[in-house]
Amino acid sequence: MLYREAGQFKASYEADQQIFPILQDRIGVLLLIGFFALAVPLFADQYWLKAILIPVLIFSLAAIGLNILTGYAGQLSLGSAAFMAVGAFGAYNFMLRIDGMPFLVAILLGGLCAALVGVMFGLPSLRIKGFYLAVATLAAQFFIVWALVKIEWFSNYSSSGVITAQEIEILGFAFDGPQSKYLLTLFVVVVMALLAKNMVRSTTGRSWMAVRDMDVAAEVIGIRLMRTKLTAFAVSSFYCGVAGALYAYTYIGTVEPEGFNLDLSFKILFMIIIGGVGSIMGSFLGAAFIVLLPIALDVFVPMLLGDLVSSSFVSNLQLIVFGGLIVFFLIVEPHGLARLWQIGKEKLRLWPFPH
Amino acid sequence: MNLKKTVILGAAVAGLLGSSMAIAAEQFIGLPSYRVGPYAAGGSGIFGGWIDYMQMINERDGGINGVKLAWEECETEYNNARGVECYERLKEKGETGNSVFQPLSTGITYSVLDKVAKDKIPLVTMGYGRTDAADGRVFPYVFPLITTYWSQATTMIKYIAGKEGGTDKLKGKKIALLYHDSAYGKESHAVLEKMAERYGYELTKLAVAHPGNEQQSQWLQIRQLRPDWVILWGWGVMNPTALKSAAKTGFSREKMVGVWWSGAEEDTVPAGSAAKGFTAAGYNVAGENYPVIKDIEKFVYAKGHGNMEDKGRIGSVYYNRGVVHGLITVEAIRKAQEKFGKGKALTGEQVRWGFENLDMDDKRLGELGATGFLPPLKTSCLDHEGSGKVKYQQWDGNKWNVVTDWIDADKELVRGMIEESAAAYAKEKGITPRDCSKEM
Repeated sequence: MLYREAGQFKASYEADQQIFPILQDRIGVLLLIGFFALAVPLFADQYWLKAILIPVLIFSLAAIGLNILTGYAGQLSLGSAAFMAVGAFGAYNFMLRIDGMPFLVAILLGGLCAALVGVMFGLPSLRIKGFYLAVATLAAQFFIVWALVKIEWFSNYSSSGVITAQEIEILGFAFDGPQSKYLLTLFVVVVMALLAKNMVRSTTGRSWMAVRDMDVAAEVIGIRLMRTKLTAFAVSSFYCGVAGALYAYTYIGTVEPEGFNLDLSFKILFMIIIGGVGSIMGSFLGAAFIVLLPIALDVFVPMLLGDLVSSSFVSNLQLIVFGGLIVFFLIVEPHGLARLWQIGKEKLRLWPFPH
Repeated sequence: MNLKKTVILGAAVAGLLGSSMAIAAEQFIGLPSYRVGPYAAGGSGIFGGWIDYMQMINERDGGINGVKLAWEECETEYNNARGVECYERLKEKGETGNSVFQPLSTGITYSVLDKVAKDKIPLVTMGYGRTDAADGRVFPYVFPLITTYWSQATTMIKYIAGKEGGTDKLKGKKIALLYHDSAYGKESHAVLEKMAERYGYELTKLAVAHPGNEQQSQWLQIRQLRPDWVILWGWGVMNPTALKSAAKTGFSREKMVGVWWSGAEEDTVPAGSAAKGFTAAGYNVAGENYPVIKDIEKFVYAKGHGNMEDKGRIGSVYYNRGVVHGLITVEAIRKAQEKFGKGKALTGEQVRWGFENLDMDDKRLGELGATGFLPPLKTSCLDHEGSGKVKYQQWDGNKWNVVTDWIDADKELVRGMIEESAAAYAKEKGITPRDCSKEM
């Protein structure tokens, strides 16, 4: 009843080409952004901002990055965490070595470094596909982390290879509290998510999807494979790189290359699988699921079982339940949480009078 | 002040008014433990020993001057992001907030390093973490207590020199360093190179990629090199693999010296007979014939409150290391109570003072039932390490036996490097070091 587009006529090309063609969606998105930008910083406490919301936003951005490559362009990658590392170390070095470097420019440059590295490791994708490509990107994962440890210049010759993010200051305003860091992260993530949403509807996005669905056919209709695949790698790594820079600057503060290990890459991959492959919305849902569920389990399982069982058992039980829930969700909805949302929307259209 | 805080505060005040008379003060200690994942063996032993010790203090003494210890575990899975979440979650718990954070992970240590000074919660890292944090002027809230990697490296050379018959005999000797290729493993390089210049031994560094279950080529190199000693700077599965490969290569395990993260039962038992004769450093020793362990058995396990599922691990290296964590934490709280009021729950800032003014000499260790269990410890504003001593233990095929007395670190060499590195950090971060003559 509420969610119905009947009567919304599009009289111009602009109206037809909007990101969110349905009025209710536009209002919904605006309300959502308004809620997270205005209400949340006012009412959420430090713990929620610093330990829950900021990481969910950052991982959502990384998941969007991987989703562009894997979900839209169909190139499987296991190197997302490494591209995050490139972004983090890139931004750090730009901030360190250039006086007066503006923060936002530094993270964009960090993202560009990641994009360059991404293109380099994307080259094998021109010859190999599927699982074999995953192995090639796995090489990126190990090589980049190894290089960041080995070449001491990257960490400014710190004895342990660890970098400490500089203070963030934009136009004289210091972003040092949880609220301001959260808002900064939210701003970057929202802008980039909208850009991504727009990009996947553009020529670029459509050629990615054509290549994903069948690259020979795409080539036959005149899509240049090399350029399409490499732009997918570049854009995807750029997103991961910016996420990595945010991870270092607005979240953890001090990062080591080993923090960006294969586990993290897998986690980002799980995010898009759970959230929905080929969906921007799904990236957010997946990131929230993977980040929040273990924490929720860690809080509630001991609360429920209390002193009945040993803490080792509780810790192991959390992993078992987490794994079980992932399997459950994939069985119930193999296309991820985004698909569930879509089904919900369709139901909502007919509500309250389904046929 | 936001709404949520107001509500919580209101509830807290109401609760306090209603119950403060009835309930004794409680000191909250947040435990960022890890009981799953690749390092669960270490985590469950250390956190188990630590919890058992606190339980023992509650049962035997009724807490510290009547202040009961309370704790809550938060599973980090040895993962930095989870560690930060745990840090934030535990921060505000208890009457006075979390009083100390000890993550037992170098990665998590680095992740919360800047946060602890702002939140005024001491960060204690025994035998890991950032070495230059031993300079308390630059790192007021960080305590790499007892000993650091750099101190340990100097004791290793001392131990080897002792076996060879003096430091002058080290000249021309070949020492191979088999290290875990990570920030942790690389901590060893600078000090060992510096000492190589001084004593004239020849250092060969052999990196082992994580996790370290593939060491064929490194041991082939060792076979060609024929070093006099091999220093094993390993972690996890790398240790038993190294011992087994040494046995296959025919390199004498008596000539292998390990760090304290290579010297637990979990490292030697999987290697079977190949581990026999291997020596490793330890800032705590193995064994249960210490009054403090006996008390834990008597007051905790006899009543069925023990944390360990496998009681056989009581007295193992990791378990005892956990007891050391408990001993020192409790002692710091006790010390802080002497200054800020006995029988009160203290804030993290006050407990920090306790950590900075620890004085656990032989007499005090005797009172705690831990003579010889851990080295005497005395911290100050300048020195957040406090000891630098380690003992060496040898594996006889069944258990670890202590083979040396406490060996002192080369303080003069290490301290110089610590101050240099800390000064560089202070400069990068714009920190003005504290003036220690003004502290008390």
